[in-house]
Amino acid sequence: MTTQEWKFTSKEIANKPDLFLPGHRACAGCVPATVLKLVMKATRGPTIVTEATGCMEVVSSIYPYTSWATPWLHTAFETAAANASGIEAALKIMKKKGRISQEHVDVIAIAGDGGTFDIGFQALSGAVERGHDFLFLLYDNEAYMNTGIQRSSGTPHGAATTTSPAGSSVPGKLEYKKPLADIMIAHNMEYVATASPYYWRDLITKVRKGLEVEGPAFLHVFAPCPRGWRSNPAKSIEYSKLAVETCVFPIWEAVNGNYKLSSPSKLLSLAPQKKKPVSDYLKGQGRFRHMFKPENKALLDEVQNITDKRWEQLLKKCNLS
Amino acid sequence: MTSKDKNWKEIAPAGVCSKSSKSFLTGDWKTYTPIRDVKKCVRCLTCVIFCPDGAINWVPDKKDIEFDMSYCKGCGICANECPTKAITMKLE
Repeated sequence: MTTQEWKFTSKEIANKPDLFLPGHRACAGCVPATVLKLVMKATRGPTIVTEATGCMEVVSSIYPYTSWATPWLHTAFETAAANASGIEAALKIMKKKGRISQEHVDVIAIAGDGGTFDIGFQALSGAVERGHDFLFLLYDNEAYMNTGIQRSSGTPHGAATTTSPAGSSVPGKLEYKKPLADIMIAHNMEYVATASPYYWRDLITKVRKGLEVEGPAFLHVFAPCPRGWRSNPAKSIEYSKLAVETCVFPIWEAVNGNYKLSSPSKLLSLAPQKKKPVSDYLKGQGRFRHMFKPENKALLDEVQNITDKRWEQLLKKCNLS
Repeated sequence: MTSKDKNWKEIAPAGVCSKSSKSFLTGDWKTYTPIRDVKKCVRCLTCVIFCPDGAINWVPDKKDIEFDMSYCKGCGICANECPTKAITMKLE
């Protein structure tokens, strides 16, 4: 992998034609749609996209319309990584037999948190173990939004969903969020990163780095969903900024297992006084509304404690504490 | 979808979407319309980058941005993220 840093300017990004076209049926204020639009701006040549079932698959391919200006494939919920393996293997043999003229074709597999954390996990783990050359992009909106906001293993602790409703007996989801990016590093992958769309240049650079790696790469992108989070659509991008500033979702990359914080999070590690309390991020989101009731004060403190603990662990991994 | 198109019972099991979604206009969903103050706008392109619907485009010939109201869903992300507060949302 080259260590060259790409300098994508906003004008370059704006001039590059969209590969994820307008007219898709995502809700107003849908950040996963912004994420896909930005991700497709980072492509370096012919690209094949395969998607797991999820919001972005449904909204972009309602018959007879398609929002993709690039070859695109969808089969089943659990198969994003399996599809990508098949496509990559087919491209390899077709190139060997001289049936395609392209020097190199990139393969991107896209899935939501349901299709990665839960349902698609064994296919992903298998594809990574076999070492196929593809980029797996996870857009994490923290629940099964498409089917009606059910909890997934990506849903954070304390969030109210339709299957973990906050009430007098249960205060939202009881379990903690699965540290998926760390699990992927345990697969000995060359490139694993987390990104947030507010820091779009960082996101696009990470996508390009993931594509340039020979072998599997994994990218975990935070993507607020105003419908499922019961928040103001206009604030969706702001939440992706607050998640980084409160260290709920720190952004980092790991090349060959060596963790390195990306600049917005690095800044917080150098100036801890700039770190905001989690309540700044939680307030305004309907799924965390119950946490601000006086009887749930302990829950709010617990969320702050887990966030601090995970942040400390991350700093240790980055050799910064 | 118009009535001339085949319905889901008539298409092959592995259906191929043939039309570009650009012909499906989502602009009529909105309740708020973004209004830009041209004097305040510094053309930083933040709104172009963050718009989930690709409804704000950079036009190199005019050296200016252009709103495409036929796709805008009125979410207000552009107004919220604008660094100079040049965009305001107006109830339709």
